[in-house]
Amino acid sequence: MNDATVQQLATDVRRGDRRALARALTLIERGGAPVRSLRQALSGYGVGSLVGITGAPGAGKSSLTTVITQELRQRGMQVGIIAVDPSSPLSGGSLLGDRIRMYDLAGDSGVFIRSMANRGQYGGLAATTLDAAMLMRAAGFGMVLLETVGAGQSDVAVVDVADTVLLVEAPGMGDEVQSIKAGLLEVADVIVVSKSDRADAPATLQQLRALIRMQMDADDVWSVPVLPVSAVQHTGVAGVVDALVGHAQWLQTHPATWRQQRRQLLSLQRALESQLRDAVQQLPGWTTALTQLGQRDSDALARQLLEEFVVSGFTKE
Amino acid sequence: MSEVPIRVLVAKPGLDGHDRGAKVIARALRDAGMDVIYTGIGQTPHMIVEAALQEDVDVVGLSILSGAHMTLLPKVSTQLREAGLGHCVIVAGGIIPAEDSALLTSQYGIDAIYGPGTNTDEIVAFIRATVAARRATS
Repeated sequence: MNDATVQQLATDVRRGDRRALARALTLIERGGAPVRSLRQALSGYGVGSLVGITGAPGAGKSSLTTVITQELRQRGMQVGIIAVDPSSPLSGGSLLGDRIRMYDLAGDSGVFIRSMANRGQYGGLAATTLDAAMLMRAAGFGMVLLETVGAGQSDVAVVDVADTVLLVEAPGMGDEVQSIKAGLLEVADVIVVSKSDRADAPATLQQLRALIRMQMDADDVWSVPVLPVSAVQHTGVAGVVDALVGHAQWLQTHPATWRQQRRQLLSLQRALESQLRDAVQQLPGWTTALTQLGQRDSDALARQLLEEFVVSGFTKE
Repeated sequence: MSEVPIRVLVAKPGLDGHDRGAKVIARALRDAGMDVIYTGIGQTPHMIVEAALQEDVDVVGLSILSGAHMTLLPKVSTQLREAGLGHCVIVAGGIIPAEDSALLTSQYGIDAIYGPGTNTDEIVAFIRATVAARRATS
């Protein structure tokens, strides 16, 4: 794809052309030079905010995404959704099923849903989703919801690209889950207790509120709301959307310095990992290493590749 | 720049709820290294075309056992073309009589139809070959 075609595509995306947006999203998954042109042509366009929705598998992320989108649509906003599911580590393929639970959104021309496989890559996914969100914003979507895979390292990376992190907790998951989730609790901007029609929901709500209160200590810190919602009964949804909109407005007046720094650091780490991996995979030793898989220890193989890289130096692509 | 996996939309148009076949196909295509977007049952042609557009798929796979294939499949095929998605390979499966199959593939833009008992390797091979040919010409 030549640069003139990419420029035309960028123009069409800005006009809100849905087919162009879909094609540009594929381009981003492919990577390479066209993505850099797209970034240059589109960065700075669009003002929408990126909300990362995370939580344990089964917590209710897809259902919540659906009802939040319906509420945003009622408020006249166009919504983009990026739904991430895991890739099969064996075949590299994926089964992306988030659309099943987003049935009620199908056919609404004010909603654009894109399913993405995480390709098993820690850094790669964060970069891809950030670019995808940039495209959707440029196409005029007032809010972009990023629904994550719900577990593992890639989830933390995805959380770091979002402007607002929405953590979904199902009721009755108990103390052990809370402690596992400690990392996520710290970065959450809005916490939602899902399935609030269940009898054990108030207890979970109370526990989480107590936890959050312990962390609050300054006036210029965003006060994290803990909100009950039931997607089935459609209660509490307006409150969640108010909180998301409120946080987006709060960010306008409060530069989140530590998070910005953390994001910049992570961005550097991602670039480093990706460039190092690409460089090492161009070494003659990489092909040899592939033939020794399973016969030799992975750590030893990696060490040997790094040594070869240091000796042979950097070859420009 | 890397080649992205073949993207396939698997949908069940119309009103029948028997999705075992669609799920078997979805898994087989995933195991063949494809990205499979599964939309589930109860899809209207409009919903299928919208999903195919948003997901920028190479292939639309339609499973239908209700007997409404002569109504629904041509609708999906026509609406895909109208939406500028004429490049999509359309593959259908289900309970479709031979004479209907012949009509659907010769006149209504369905690229291939597979009945019960088809080896999934055959479907994978067809999709790979057809998508490679269409990607080369686009």
